[in-house]
Amino acid sequence: MIEIKNLSKSFSTADKQISALENINLTIQDGDIYGIIGMSGAGKSTLVRCINMLEQPTEGSVIIDGQDIGTLKETELRKIRRNVTMIFQGFNLLMQRNCLDNICFPLELAGVKKSDAKKKALELLNIVELPDKANAYPAQLSGGQQQRIAIARALATNPKVLLCDEATSALDPKTTHSILELIRDINKRLKITVIIITHQMSVVEDICTKVAILDEGKIVEEGDVSAIFANPKSNAAKRLVFPDGSNEVLLNDIKQRQLRVVFNGALAASEPLITKMAIDENIAANILYASTRCIGEKVYGSMILGFTDDDEIVSRAVNYLEKNNNIVIEEVNNNV
Amino acid sequence: MFDNILSSEAISEALKILVEEMPFGLWETFYVTVVSTIASVIIGLPLGVLLVAGEKDGILPLPKAFMHILNVLINLLRSIPFLILMIMVFPLARLIVGTSVGTTASIVPLVIAAFPFVARLIESSLREINPNIIEAAQSMGASPFQIITKVMLPESVPSLISNITIAITTILGYTAMSGIIGGGGLGKIAINYGYYRYKYLVMLIAVILLIILVQVFQSIGTYLAVKLDKRIKH
Repeated sequence: MIEIKNLSKSFSTADKQISALENINLTIQDGDIYGIIGMSGAGKSTLVRCINMLEQPTEGSVIIDGQDIGTLKETELRKIRRNVTMIFQGFNLLMQRNCLDNICFPLELAGVKKSDAKKKALELLNIVELPDKANAYPAQLSGGQQQRIAIARALATNPKVLLCDEATSALDPKTTHSILELIRDINKRLKITVIIITHQMSVVEDICTKVAILDEGKIVEEGDVSAIFANPKSNAAKRLVFPDGSNEVLLNDIKQRQLRVVFNGALAASEPLITKMAIDENIAANILYASTRCIGEKVYGSMILGFTDDDEIVSRAVNYLEKNNNIVIEEVNNNV
Repeated sequence: MFDNILSSEAISEALKILVEEMPFGLWETFYVTVVSTIASVIIGLPLGVLLVAGEKDGILPLPKAFMHILNVLINLLRSIPFLILMIMVFPLARLIVGTSVGTTASIVPLVIAAFPFVARLIESSLREINPNIIEAAQSMGASPFQIITKVMLPESVPSLISNITIAITTILGYTAMSGIIGGGGLGKIAINYGYYRYKYLVMLIAVILLIILVQVFQSIGTYLAVKLDKRIKH
């Protein structure tokens, strides 16, 4: 378990202090795939570097399995870093070493015998599905292949935690997906806790179980991915869930009662809910806004429906919609 | 000045010198250049590493005062003209090799002139390394020493070879100058025959041999730098 407690980090420049992180509190359970998402400049990279103390926090503590790693000496910290390894946006492989030697590198640093290191590296090449690239140099590989080698390298020391710093941001969508599949597989098979830093909501959607949203150095929202997708509360979360800026805009000039329908994992993908309501209840709903997305077979997101200004109709509509599981209805007025 | 350069006596004399003295001169130049370069790299490499690693944001920050002194010292040595430096280090040469004249003695001022230059070249090679790769090594628990020996130096091998080749050709130029204080080699032959005895053809031949030597060093250096660079898809 990783606990981040009251963590703050500020950088001092020539004329002022810049606060990168403010009072961060997070708990990451073993086996989670935990997403930390935010726009660029939100402090994500600084936060992930505090977890392995590549950045020293200004205040607060990082506790890994009960051990406050902020109090450790440099040499002890280096041992912790074999347990909390990292992959990067730019892969950061040693360009003058072949893939096998790249994977052996952390073992070499730890003083593992060469033959043992090589054996382990060959095993890992199989896990990342590049068994024939042992003698290839990174420059000969594609981005996705390089990231696979970097993942193998990060796994060499049998870590408990894998930190992914924008690991898929330099890759195309298809390669991103396959790398995320690999990370999910590693998480399941090797029971490694994964922390994913990203600015792409699709990455969180694809793979994470929990997510924290970081905005201007603060955690503005945190919880299960499905809950945050269904009903983003903070502005930062809304910006991320609705990246094209199509935020819920209520129409002020129409005389309609408006209901927000929140799909929180409803099995509604195959059901024409609004049409069925029109047929069953003879209520015509005006779709004023909708942004839903399917994750697996379930629907997340929300809709704003407009109804004639009539208490009876509105309450019937609420009753009808509420009969569905995992749908939350609330009436909204014009200034929400 | 060059009137009689191709007269028959001049040619036959030059050929005689070419056969009798040039081979040894060539060997001396080669030997002094290589030994001076090796010694300069032995001193300059650790200094170049310190210049990069010891910075405020480096992997092994050293006291500011120390870095300041190191920088000033290197700049100071680099700003003394070689001709003057040779004369200034006479006593030091006597102390180290027992004499202040001759081929071996000329190695001392050559090294003193070249190591600060080499240190700067090594520094610039090491600065080319992607800092993210160093961060990755830190994230794997590498110590500063491991980062220097296993990341910084091996990753910059092609650039180090290119830069050491520059050092070799520069030192080769200096060895010719050391002919003035009795340092042996092609430089001495050029000065003795060409400058003191007006045998310009001999000087010309010595210069051509120096040019060939530079070409050879440069070609080998470029070949190795490319050959050893694993970023190039062979």
